[in-house]
Amino acid sequence: MAEELKVFRTWSSPFALRVVWALQLKGVPFETIYEDLSNKSSLLLQYNPIYKKVPVLVHNGKPLAESLVILEYIEETWKQTPLLPQDPFERATARFWARFGDDKVLPSIWNVFIKQGKEQEEAMVTAQGSLKYLEEELRGKKFFSGEKIGLVDLAFGWIANLVDVFEEVKGVTLIDHENHPLLLAWKQNFMDAPIIKESWPSRDKLITKYHAMLEAYTAKEAAAK
Amino acid sequence: MAEEVLLLGAWASPFTSRVELALKLKGVQYKYSDEDLNNKSPSLLQYNPIYKKVPVLVHNGKPIVESQVILEYIDETWQGYPLLPKDLYERAIARFWVKFIDDKCWPALQKVFIGEEKGREKAVEEAYEVLKFLEKELKEKRFFGGESIGMVDIAANIIGYWLGACEEATGVELLTREKFPKLSNWIDEFVSNSVIKENLPPRDKLVPFLRHRFGL
Repeated sequence: MAEELKVFRTWSSPFALRVVWALQLKGVPFETIYEDLSNKSSLLLQYNPIYKKVPVLVHNGKPLAESLVILEYIEETWKQTPLLPQDPFERATARFWARFGDDKVLPSIWNVFIKQGKEQEEAMVTAQGSLKYLEEELRGKKFFSGEKIGLVDLAFGWIANLVDVFEEVKGVTLIDHENHPLLLAWKQNFMDAPIIKESWPSRDKLITKYHAMLEAYTAKEAAAK
Repeated sequence: MAEEVLLLGAWASPFTSRVELALKLKGVQYKYSDEDLNNKSPSLLQYNPIYKKVPVLVHNGKPIVESQVILEYIDETWQGYPLLPKDLYERAIARFWVKFIDDKCWPALQKVFIGEEKGREKAVEEAYEVLKFLEKELKEKRFFGGESIGMVDIAANIIGYWLGACEEATGVELLTREKFPKLSNWIDEFVSNSVIKENLPPRDKLVPFLRHRFGL
């Protein structure tokens, strides 16, 4: 039977991008289905009834949701261009950082972007604390995964393409040359990598999107007061 | 070199218990060190500087933290009893449910038992929605892992044991046999399993501990 692989995504979802990049790095062909999250397809709701989100990977009719779960599946199914190291301790370390990104770094940076006043200030303190750990982790390395891009780099991909968008739209500085030279170097190396570059979301479109999102959120908060 | 496995944990923590269960199922010899979470040891702070939490597994001097990450490490390092299935898709589904338990179940249960009384009804409704997914996932299986305990069952220990202890501590009834027949059967299987039951904190110690913790 011919192999059938589909990826449900949106043009901007950083979580879906992880899956797209992983498959492209491994040279695995797949079909892309773009979702309009304001009008979710019945297929998406059928394949991901619990979260109703992208990304969803459907391999020979079998659906999977949650980007980090999907990345582990991709890694185990297609063994070329490994995204995780072989050594169990190093694998555990990689998994730790991927989760740290989603559990700590992303929520605090998101709050810097979306919140105001004291909440924003507190979020900035948390974000800077998290970013410091990432800066330290990059010491002596080109990518989080070493010489080549791996799972942790894909998990942190949103830092490379979204943080400066947040900075511009909100008028804040999160990552700077003085405090995060390694992180900025990583960002450039990641953005320049051939496969990654080919699926890079348009910065202009991201600026427009997040500008609208911030305006809508701020208006809603003001109305609620 | 002799193998050295050390577990830093807290006796009342379900996350610590997960790691102990996994090690026991694999037949791994380990040393256990109980932490006073109000007075964390220098070892804990050194081994887990970012989160400063238990459990921490230290294998030949190298620390691994975060219970989900530790479970994967244990499964990859020690052969014998498999915590994850062999089939790649089934493995992914198991990982999905482990994540679901931590991302959705745990916060939902906390809201019910730790949250304010005025929000309780809503918290209970939300917890029902979450538990319904797990009820459905059990299907006709004895365990989430099929015929034997797997990683999802281990992660679901918060439902298998801690949920009942919280109900007893607070008097709040959440998981009834009427509403959740399959989960109720699963809980019976879980607590009567020979390896599991020897490694759970005693109920008569846990319930007062939780009562105190909830400020009751």
